[in-house]
Amino acid sequence: MSGKDTFEPRIVAFLCNWCSYTAADLAGIARLKYPGNVRIIRVMCSGRVAPGFILKAFHEGADGVLVGGCHPGDCHYLEGNYKTLKRKLVMDRLLDQFGIEKDRFRLEWISGAEGEKLARVANEMTERVRRLGPLGRTRERLARADALELRNEGGAASG
Amino acid sequence: MADKLKLALYWAASCGGCEIAVLDIDEKILKVAELADIYLWPVALDFKYKDVEALADGFLDVCLFNGAIRNSEQREIAELLRRKSKVMVAFGACACYGGIPSLANQFDRDQIFGRVYFDTPSTVNPGKVLPQTSYRVPEGELHLPTFYNAVYKLDDAVKVDYYLPGCPPPPSLIWTAVEAIVSGNLPPPGSVIAEEKAVCHFCTKRKDEKTVTAFRRVHEFIPDPEKCLLEQGIICSGPVTRGGCGERCLSANMPCRGCFGPTPEAIEQGANMLGAVATMVEGKDEQALAKALETVVDPLGTFYRFTLADSFLRLRNRSLTAREAERAGAAPAPKEVAS
Ligand code: SF4
Ligand code: SF4
Ligand code: FES
Repeated sequence: MSGKDTFEPRIVAFLCNWCSYTAADLAGIARLKYPGNVRIIRVMCSGRVAPGFILKAFHEGADGVLVGGCHPGDCHYLEGNYKTLKRKLVMDRLLDQFGIEKDRFRLEWISGAEGEKLARVANEMTERVRRLGPLGRTRERLARADALELRNEGGAASG
Repeated sequence: MADKLKLALYWAASCGGCEIAVLDIDEKILKVAELADIYLWPVALDFKYKDVEALADGFLDVCLFNGAIRNSEQREIAELLRRKSKVMVAFGACACYGGIPSLANQFDRDQIFGRVYFDTPSTVNPGKVLPQTSYRVPEGELHLPTFYNAVYKLDDAVKVDYYLPGCPPPPSLIWTAVEAIVSGNLPPPGSVIAEEKAVCHFCTKRKDEKTVTAFRRVHEFIPDPEKCLLEQGIICSGPVTRGGCGERCLSANMPCRGCFGPTPEAIEQGANMLGAVATMVEGKDEQALAKALETVVDPLGTFYRFTLADSFLRLRNRSLTAREAERAGAAPAPKEVAS
């Protein structure tokens, strides 16, 4: 595994079509720099990001997950982002119980005009997650750990 | 069917409730005795593992295996019974999804041993004795199973043909399964023997699509038995839990705890439950919402009560790191045994 200084985190960003994704577009047009570590998935509304998407992203190898939506009151579907906020408030506590650091999951309201904010959040998050190092809760890593115990691979002591 | 059914029943990391559930099919148990010869059933009959080892591979028609996999003995017996059985049934929530025992996956072995053997107020252990997997006595060497760093569901250890969920599975479903097996009228392998729809679909309580201001727990008030519990602010797993149990908890005016595991379309039972619960709360102000949602105590224990071993994240980070340390050769520091 690479050292923390050279470690390139993988960050999955679920951005809503009407605001945050537009902001990402704008950031691109304005040639604002943000790292390629952030892999964008466009969703119609931040409310579409089911809690399972976030956990599955970690499971599939994400080191951090960002959800971007319209500012409160601006959701194209009226209340989608309030739903997102409610889930996020419980998700924070759940992730803490799973031993996953706070900085690995972030919700931000980013309007279509805020390309600069999008770039700043993407940069910040990449740096913070880089400092934390790999999450390594991928299915492969779990499978390796399982094989170690259940199939006695890797020279572990057995009974 | 001409020959009697050759049956084995086993318990691994479980509470014993599944065994009682088998006996709960009442007088039908006599019918089972008529239809089946039992080759292993530790709770009721005195067979030894070597009796099972002596059987030809595939000799047994069915094994009903309850309990999760917590130690190496349970894994070995699961493998043995898998070899000897044509059909392996994960019996009950623990075998299917890890069940209550897998909530222990929030801690690793060192934490669990430390708590149990050193820290509990009732423990007196001046010599700091911990269980060892082998121990020399004058007569020779004694062996104990390895206590794993995590709890596993049965299909992490062996291939499973059918899943019979529930904590415990209800007698009616057990009987459905037994009949299906006896008649050879089996669903496709891998099936969960239960309903496809959620518990809510079968629940007769009135749903008014109401929101709540906060959640309360079952000991805090007596809910209206006619109305949906979730809408009265009691966390009920009915929306995300597979039906088929006969809505046992609901008819006692208690919320569904989720023991039948996820509905077929759920991404994950715990995550779906988090979404269903969090969005029940009304309001728009972040601070007020945060306060209201604090009434969801212990999200992990509540949403993953029966399925932690079957979830995306499954463990606290710490237990994973501990296992990797072992893999890297740093086997758990041998703890001293007082003789
Ligand atoms: S949430 Fe619970 S009480 Fe409400 S309808 Fe569903 S199963 Fe019934
Ligand atoms: S209501 Fe829920 S917890 Fe109760 S038996 Fe049915 S599935 Fe299990
Ligand atoms: S459309 Fe942007 S959050 Fe709903």
